[in-house]
Amino acid sequence: MKRYVVPPLGGFSRAGSLWTSRLKAVLHTLAYVFLFCGVANAEFRFPMPEFASGYEHPAVHTPIPSNAMVGWDVAVLIAALALASFLVLKRRKRREIFLLTMFSMIYFGFVRNGCVCSVGSVQNVMAGICDPAYGVPLTVLIFFAAPLIFALLFGRVFCAAVCPLGAIQEAVAIKPVKVPPAVEKVLSVFPYIYLGLAMLSVAMGSGFLICQYDPFVGVFRMGASFSMLIFGGIMLVLGIFVARPYCRFLCPYGVLLNWCSKLSRRHAVITPTDCIQCGLCADSCPYNAINEPTPAEAPEARSKGAWRLGVLILLLPVLTALGFGVGGLLKEPLSRLHPTVQLAERIAGEELGRYEGTNIESEAFRASDTPNEELYAEAVELKAGYGRGGRWLGAFIGLVIGCKLISVSILRKREGYEPDRGTCYSCGRCFKYCPVKE
Amino acid sequence: MKPEENRGRRNFVRGAAAVLIGGTVLSAGRNRSPKLVWQIDPEKCTQCGRCATHCVLAPSAVKCFHSYSICGYCDLCGGYLRPDAKGRNTGAENQLCPVGAIKRTYIEDPYYQYKIDEDLCIGCGICVKGCDVFGNGSLYLQVKHDLCVNCNECAIAHACPSDAFKRVPASEPYLLKSDLERRIS
Repeated sequence: MKRYVVPPLGGFSRAGSLWTSRLKAVLHTLAYVFLFCGVANAEFRFPMPEFASGYEHPAVHTPIPSNAMVGWDVAVLIAALALASFLVLKRRKRREIFLLTMFSMIYFGFVRNGCVCSVGSVQNVMAGICDPAYGVPLTVLIFFAAPLIFALLFGRVFCAAVCPLGAIQEAVAIKPVKVPPAVEKVLSVFPYIYLGLAMLSVAMGSGFLICQYDPFVGVFRMGASFSMLIFGGIMLVLGIFVARPYCRFLCPYGVLLNWCSKLSRRHAVITPTDCIQCGLCADSCPYNAINEPTPAEAPEARSKGAWRLGVLILLLPVLTALGFGVGGLLKEPLSRLHPTVQLAERIAGEELGRYEGTNIESEAFRASDTPNEELYAEAVELKAGYGRGGRWLGAFIGLVIGCKLISVSILRKREGYEPDRGTCYSCGRCFKYCPVKE
Repeated sequence: MKPEENRGRRNFVRGAAAVLIGGTVLSAGRNRSPKLVWQIDPEKCTQCGRCATHCVLAPSAVKCFHSYSICGYCDLCGGYLRPDAKGRNTGAENQLCPVGAIKRTYIEDPYYQYKIDEDLCIGCGICVKGCDVFGNGSLYLQVKHDLCVNCNECAIAHACPSDAFKRVPASEPYLLKSDLERRIS
């Protein structure tokens, strides 16, 4: 406990003087110390009064956290996933899928305030793996695993109609324009970078990046920090023209869903029977998630393609190694994400007279009486950790870029227009546009 | 490649992916924990004022708590009166609280009770600082759990300069200063 010297205040009206009360406090303290050796003791400047009038002090009002909705959330999540799968695979009605999407936006978003969400749960799971002391509640584990399991079975039905972040973007996608496929491919690397950064941040203990930069939670809660609101506003305005910008170019959980959906047991199909290759579905898809059928004649000689593929496969370890090296160089900027490193740099700067005055963080640190050296040592250790983590992050990004290059260079044989299992959100727009009916 | 072979391989990879997800979940959940909620450790809190400004809720879910059992019931209350107060009364110009959320009532000579009106309190901690410096420290900040939405990443915890925010079991969601006293006596 911090001790302050109590200044002698004029006009002190308590019975006795300040000094007698302090003496009493000291005596009380001594008595306690003698009676309860080793028990943490609160020292009080003023003794607690004994009231002659029979006054009894009110109880401290301590409402318990509401736990009632948690079970419901899991039930609603599973039910919504099951219903979304049914609508996407059996009913095939865009309108019905959209209605479920709006329900999810209202329930998981506005009613439940957008927390906990599956997108953020990745971080809890990572924290649970890295830190043995960190317990992940069962609800969060289910929110993490259920959409992935459903993606393994039925594709990204979670994105279609359950995720509140996807739902709010689906609601504002009024006039979507097509992003050129090449741009789409390049931008689709960002979710991997974001996922890697978020995981590194959790592993190093500098907080949950995905939650800090959640663009829509401020909308759901009708209030957030200024930067959060600006980011959310930009995403929503952009989302009118570029449908689901967060899902496509940022969402880190989408990376995992993409992987699972590629392996899905069943997936939404555009044409219920045979594709007549009219191409209407590809025009209707705002996400570039529909692959065209293979052209009748091969666009290039087989040997040329094989040669390129060979080069790209050789390039893969080169890119990974390059990423490993570059990632190590990012040690300094990455480590500044960590509050302890920021504080250490601030304190060091103050000691060197680089800053004028103090800020709230440095004041709190100085009040804690921790020696500067201890802080510096901790920061140095963290920086080394970021050096190691940065290398792995770089290697991961290099590997992802290499794999993406390989995947664009491979020509797959397709009879008709098919959804891309990885990137298709199963939103159901194409169902309506397909002229072939059952 | 024949479609049947392809399907067999897909099934195998899918099974492997399912095992991977299961393994991840088990490894993350190996430490069974009860539901956790955010709370402020009053011993670490430095009353920087960010609880009032950084909560996702407006006004903040952080409120000033008063543990009456350790309060000195002083007439000259460091948490209630401004240091330059002209008089020891309920005059608005004498009050430290920027929103007038502390109600001072006379009990008996020379004792006064101070009660926080939680509907008005914004959790700025100005009174807490006053009580800590001049009094017993019976005023302190706590997260009120009927208000807190228990964000996965608490915005105040992220902004807290003294690392005072921590997760506590939902079954014991408060770190009351009066509990410290109850443990002793």
